[in-house]
Amino acid sequence: MIKVEGLYKSFGQLEVLKDINAEIKEGEVVVVIGPSGSGKSTFLRCLNLLEEPTSGKIVIGQDEVTGKKFNPQKLRSEVGMVFQHFHLFPHMTVLENVTYAPLKVKGVQKQEADRLGRELLAKVGLSEKADEYPNRLSGGQKQRVAIARALAMQPNVMLFDEPTSALDPEMVKEVLDVMKSLAKTGMTMMIVTHEMGFAREVADRVIFMDEGMLVEQADPTSFFSSPSSERAHNFLQKVL
Amino acid sequence: MNFEQIVPSMPYILQGIWVTLQIVLIAGLLGFAIGIILSLFKIGRIPFLRWFADGYTSIFRGTPLVLQLMIIYYASPQLFGVQIEAYTAAILSFGLNSAAYISEIIRAGIQAVDKGQREAAMALGVPYNKMMKDVILPQALKNILPALMNEFITLTKESAIVTVIGVTDIMRRAYIVGSDKFSFLEPLLFAGMIYYLMVLVLTFAGKWVEGRMRKSD
Ligand SMILES: Nc1ncnc2c1ncn2[C@@H]1O[C@H](COP(=O)(O)OP(=O)(O)OP(=O)(O)O)[C@@H](O)[C@H]1O
Ligand SMILES: [Mg+2]
Repeated sequence: MIKVEGLYKSFGQLEVLKDINAEIKEGEVVVVIGPSGSGKSTFLRCLNLLEEPTSGKIVIGQDEVTGKKFNPQKLRSEVGMVFQHFHLFPHMTVLENVTYAPLKVKGVQKQEADRLGRELLAKVGLSEKADEYPNRLSGGQKQRVAIARALAMQPNVMLFDEPTSALDPEMVKEVLDVMKSLAKTGMTMMIVTHEMGFAREVADRVIFMDEGMLVEQADPTSFFSSPSSERAHNFLQKVL
Repeated sequence: MNFEQIVPSMPYILQGIWVTLQIVLIAGLLGFAIGIILSLFKIGRIPFLRWFADGYTSIFRGTPLVLQLMIIYYASPQLFGVQIEAYTAAILSFGLNSAAYISEIIRAGIQAVDKGQREAAMALGVPYNKMMKDVILPQALKNILPALMNEFITLTKESAIVTVIGVTDIMRRAYIVGSDKFSFLEPLLFAGMIYYLMVLVLTFAGKWVEGRMRKSD
């Protein structure tokens, strides 16, 4: 589904990603962990070209998205992204947030878009909020709307960048639950998170990054019980 | 002071309100439309357009409005090959001038919109133009409404200088009445009162719109 080869990314002099190689299969749920500043967000953002890779190759589905001729809009409409701070459109209702991209990017008919939008809101448990504005929602509700909004484009892959880090503790679960049920539907997911319990339970694989390098990847059970690298070991001691 | 002597001329001066309003409204809309385009040039990625918009703003802000007005009116045969009407020249110069100020207001408003909004739209595959129109500009306009209202008020007051090219606005009419009666103070004070009331009404209207906007938050 996703294949990354020799990915490098620099901001000016600062080398943020160094020779990342990874492969993600269809339906796989991959959790990315690592210390702050290790390049997790940048890695994720390269996958939908919100950051332009400095060099390397990324293939998503059939398309080499790092190719010169490739249209990033096409890629982005097939790869959903959920941000730490939600970034809902504040001047649109919840339903309008969800239907906006299908209407304006895909050209779906209004009726069909509304139907799909309401269906997705039901899935994230927010049917009754369809006509509210985002500022009337709690953080957990906002993030669930943001997930519904991304899903409305019917993406093949979903990227999550610390989806619960900006939430009050009591709202983390409702968002993780939505993500869990999404994982069960066979969605290919890549998730940056500090929720180790969630990673252990839901991930098919854990990727550990440090200082811009992909240091280690393993299934969650063996990663959390016996990480093979010194750095992962130290990191886990700090966070667990 | 003797206001009685100008009472018969008051309707004549009052009719100038319509002239002033027309100039301000049309010039305001023109300035707003051009201002949006210039602001998009300024934040865009095309160097020539950026340079053009910055230069435009710099020149229109860096020279007197009355000079711009006189160039457009008196030099119109040389500029456009025809003598344009004073009224048209007034609208044109005020519109072009306020476009420079409004483009700066809008640029600042666009840049004040959370950059996450842009990323969220991009991540959904929304093309640049639609993102600007549907996501960024509506939020920017909300931020800049008070500043736009101020610009509009300034425009209303400054419009009095169209009197120098002979447009019969409030100011011009007061002056004509003054020279007619050989007494300038009363008609000019009357004109001043009209301007002041117009500004008060605009200020009040602006506050009202702002209040409505805040409620919808
Ligand atoms: N647009 C940018 N311009 C310059 N430097 C950047 C930019 N984005 C990220 N960086 C730098 O790149 C490095 C990696 O950042 P990144 O956000 O990918 O880390 P992260 O692993 O997601 O960290 P965190 O856990 O804090 O979110 C950091 O040193 C950061 O300062
Ligand atoms: Mg990050």
